Amino acid sequence: MNKEELKELQETAKRIRSLTIEEIGHLGVGHIGGAMSIVDILTLLYFRHMNVDPANPRKADRDILVLSKGHAGPALYATLAEKGFFPTSWLLTLNQGGTLLPSHCDRQKTPGIDMTTGSLGQGISAAVGYATGLQMDHTPATVYCIIGDGESNEGQVWEAAMFAAHRKLGNLIAFADWNGMQIDGLTKDVMNMEDIVAKWKAFGWEAEMVDGHDFEAMDAAISRAKARRTQEGARPTMIVLKTIKGKGCSFCEGLVTNHNMNYGIEQTKEALAALGTKARLIPALLNE
Amino acid sequence: MAEQKEMRAVYAETLTALADQGLEIVVVEADLMRANGTGAFAKKYPARTVNVGVAEANMVGIASGLSAAGKIPFAATFACFASRRAYDQFFLSANYAGLNVKLVGSDPGITAGFNGGTHMPFEDLALMRAVPKLAITEPSDPASLAAILKLAAETYGCFYIRLQRKPADMLYSAEEKFELGKAKVLKKGKDITLIALGAVMVQEAMRAAANLAAQGIEAAVIDALWLAPLDEATILEHCAFGKVITCENHRVTGGLGSAVAELIAEKAPGTQLARIGVGKDSFGEVGTPDWLADHFALTAPHIEKAALSLLGR
Repeated sequence: MNKEELKELQETAKRIRSLTIEEIGHLGVGHIGGAMSIVDILTLLYFRHMNVDPANPRKADRDILVLSKGHAGPALYATLAEKGFFPTSWLLTLNQGGTLLPSHCDRQKTPGIDMTTGSLGQGISAAVGYATGLQMDHTPATVYCIIGDGESNEGQVWEAAMFAAHRKLGNLIAFADWNGMQIDGLTKDVMNMEDIVAKWKAFGWEAEMVDGHDFEAMDAAISRAKARRTQEGARPTMIVLKTIKGKGCSFCEGLVTNHNMNYGIEQTKEALAALGTKARLIPALLNE
Repeated sequence: MAEQKEMRAVYAETLTALADQGLEIVVVEADLMRANGTGAFAKKYPARTVNVGVAEANMVGIASGLSAAGKIPFAATFACFASRRAYDQFFLSANYAGLNVKLVGSDPGITAGFNGGTHMPFEDLALMRAVPKLAITEPSDPASLAAILKLAAETYGCFYIRLQRKPADMLYSAEEKFELGKAKVLKKGKDITLIALGAVMVQEAMRAAANLAAQGIEAAVIDALWLAPLDEATILEHCAFGKVITCENHRVTGGLGSAVAELIAEKAPGTQLARIGVGKDSFGEVGTPDWLADHFALTAPHIEKAALSLLGR
């Protein structure tokens, strides 16, 4: 990744953060914390790694993303809109009756969404099944999956982990958004997951932890996983992303109460100013 | 005695034949391949056999992912686990997600026998009936099982297939045609109608009808085959006799008896109904299938008694 590419990714991520803040701010409530913490990985995947076509969301040889922490849907919608899967104006419909952008991801509603998620732990099972199906067909596509740290409390995550290692699903690259917080507090207080990288390694995965807001570090980790895939018997990869919940949203960054919070136009305006972006969605802010 | 065939053998043979025809069948199991007899499929299609180990929730999640990747997964485990243990996964990852997952619940009701109360699902149909759009079926013999498996494989959408593993009497010829949501009238009658679901209860209902005939009572017997969609037309036609008995290897709450009661209340009020099934406050027990059938009052004499009572005799 050269400096220009890095700068472009950083600018793209900033636009997606800005859209995400407006999207939820317009509605007045939403899962802002866990959405903001994954914007950088979503940007890196959709703008550098994934083989997808916004004009043909279901094209046959595409790479797949399963957002197992489905409540972070708003960040993925902003990313898909920025990529051109649908107009950015759709973001103003988040969670309104009849919307194509429901709070949790729905493969039947949103162009570019590959799996319905929302009940934590289920998305990674489906991602593993997806990777199994693609492996049967010997396709070159990669399945990406993002789980949360709170989600990692779910037993189903570890059932899926065992299976993926047993089947040697080298076409599966998963990420854990390690922002250290869940609804009831710090993960270390609610349910201490101890050494998470050691856990994934013990389950038979390739695993490492990188800074989830460092594009070069994440890019290198993904490239390592892709390079391993060409080897016989390649294992699945877990890249644990050390992140900050609410990253880039001035009024909620690092707040333990930011999982699902209320905020409106004024705070949106304040956050956009701190981010250094202009409003693109909310009518009342467009001429500011 | 009628010719019999082992139902699990039919399951494995049919899925193998469907794969031979080019359908992208994937057999998904949770460490019950020996019990479900799917080794024959695995031998021919090892790459399309997925054993997830003892992890039923994950099994259903994986089946959902396989479906999203274009496969036709048949995921099988004991009906107690398929329903109670993996319900949220089947509800959300498969059904709500609009995918194409065929979930097979084996050893339904009293056929769980020596595995006892922990493994004896008398509520799987009630749980499944609460899932929108889900097709729910309990084939009653080897021919209907083979035909319905083919129908399920060729019809996009989720199915819950209740499967008795053990041998069952042949009721239909291999040429018989079966349709989604269509019951079969096994015996015509004019005094009372017995509506039965699944091999165990269809056989008990046929026995009861024969005994009633000896007493001059002409009982019609309907093999329901489908709990959803329910064959309302055939059932309502038979409500014209004014007396209906439902027969299910399941608790009387939430399954066939409840579905027919709802139908009668809305569309055939005045029809008298009795429900043969496990009592609403009973859990499963351990025992031989024969002991269990009598213990839970599912046998022909119990059906006959209910019929005579409805007929005022």
